[in-house]
Amino acid sequence: MKFLSQLISGISLGSIYSLIALGYTMVYGIAKMLNFAHGDVIMIGGYVVYTACVTAGLPAAAGVLIAIVFCTVLGVAIERFAYKPLRSASSLAVLITAIGVSYLLQNVALLIFGSDTKSFSSVVSLEPVSLADGALVISGETIVTIIVSVIIMVALIVFINKTRPGKAMLAVSEDKGAAQLMGINVNGTIALTFAIGSGLAAVAGALLCSAYPALSPYTGAMPGIKAFVAAVFGGIGSIPGAMIGGILLGIIENLSKGYISSQLSDPIVFAVLIIVLLVKPTGLMGKKINEKV
Amino acid sequence: MAMLEVRDINVFFGVIQAIKNISFDVNQGEVVALIGANGAGKTTTLHTITGLLSAASGNIYLDGKDITKVPAHKIVGMGMAHVPEGRRVFASLSVYDNLKMGAYTRKDKKEIAQSLEMVFTEFPRLKERRNQVAGTLSGGEQQMLAMGRALMSKPRIILMDEPSMGLSPLYVDEIFKIISRIKKDGTTVLLVEQNANMALSVADRAYVLETGKIIIEGNANELLNDERVRKAYLGA
Ligand SMILES: Nc1ncnc2c1ncn2[C@@H]1O[C@H](COP(=O)(O)OP(=O)(O)OP(=O)(O)O)[C@@H](O)[C@H]1O
Ligand SMILES: [Mg+2]
Repeated sequence: MKFLSQLISGISLGSIYSLIALGYTMVYGIAKMLNFAHGDVIMIGGYVVYTACVTAGLPAAAGVLIAIVFCTVLGVAIERFAYKPLRSASSLAVLITAIGVSYLLQNVALLIFGSDTKSFSSVVSLEPVSLADGALVISGETIVTIIVSVIIMVALIVFINKTRPGKAMLAVSEDKGAAQLMGINVNGTIALTFAIGSGLAAVAGALLCSAYPALSPYTGAMPGIKAFVAAVFGGIGSIPGAMIGGILLGIIENLSKGYISSQLSDPIVFAVLIIVLLVKPTGLMGKKINEKV
Repeated sequence: MAMLEVRDINVFFGVIQAIKNISFDVNQGEVVALIGANGAGKTTTLHTITGLLSAASGNIYLDGKDITKVPAHKIVGMGMAHVPEGRRVFASLSVYDNLKMGAYTRKDKKEIAQSLEMVFTEFPRLKERRNQVAGTLSGGEQQMLAMGRALMSKPRIILMDEPSMGLSPLYVDEIFKIISRIKKDGTTVLLVEQNANMALSVADRAYVLETGKIIIEGNANELLNDERVRKAYLGA
């Protein structure tokens, strides 16, 4: 039962990593950049939910909705003002800018909310489910996280493969020039990608803070890095890769915590990444990278 | 007024000038060839026309309308399609999805279905392989897909960049037959080729580009007999 319970909470944690990893991988696939500020958008999402629900006393669903809208706008604004002017700059310049945006978001949160850890109140009101005569108890957060993530991932796959803007995203990620010749607005598509990624980050923020209810300006940093690892693990640029990579990472992390050592769980996660990359440099589902000019 | 007018364009890559004050016309219904050696500036010229590159100076007119500053993604909707050098099909998408991508700016589902039928009639090979991933097609099939994809936008003028590049003689013949049929259907063609012989045999007129300048222009059959063209480009 311990194994099952660790596995289920690993899947739940992993689904959150997947939601975040999707933002990394979609932005990488389409804008060919690593948006290191992505993790901090999760933290901002957490603070928006906190402000809406705890400070202003709005219902949880309203708080999450406001956070999604806020982060979507924030993501598009970050792209428009920080990254778009660097479209033809070196990737190093873009990377440094992304790190700068990350610090900016952390410091803005620090200025507004202070450095003390806020105790977040869960957006989930589902009672824990107890199975096998109480030997296996699954928290409401775990259940909601898994269900919400599955719905989002299915919706995203349908959106990308079946809708016009989704197919435009596929085309842009393959060949920006050819996509433009088809009539696809590349700037618009990049903005849409940031919007979706940031909206997912808001959901991830609300779920993460509900499961681990401590919110500080640095809340997004570690999950951000882990989700980035998950994206690389699954094959950066690959959407199914980000989903699988995130869930596997969550499972590995939780099982290491449960059976090996909670201090060693992070090193184990990174060691697994290194091994995977040594065996398969493009990640689990990664394609060969053929960048076109 | 010509359908496509290029006037005094200059294009730079950093300090290097790739296009030097080029002007030329393509009239409605014509096939015009742009020939020249590697690095002459043919691809750069086409990219500048469809907005993938921007000219430092000069103007480009389509149907008399200045399109010099029109962004690349708005060009196809104005009736001009571009089959890029190296095909550039969307490798991970199916043949069918690639063709649908060509009709991205069109709304009318019925008309799109008609165009698809037309493309499948023109390229039966694509119909057979409609569900195959484009990256696994042979070079010749990819070229046909790139042409079919461009035709899916129902263009009035189509720019083609070395459609015969890297193809076996059989496929080269096929490609040029298709170009003749496209012309017969009333579509205007600006054809970039290194295969000058073939290009001049389908073209009405031609321009010869050398290191970023137009050095010779004239009717295609005149150029076929031009001493300089024969020496430099026809291997005679
Ligand atoms: N992105 C670029 N950066 C710098 N120089 C470039 C770039 N693209 C093209 N050039 C240069 O501009 C000149 C014209 O290149 P272009 O690709 O237009 O030639 P082309 O006539 O199409 O040749 P080919 O027949 O080999 O395709 C060449 O000297 C080339 O090196
Ligand atoms: Mg070329």
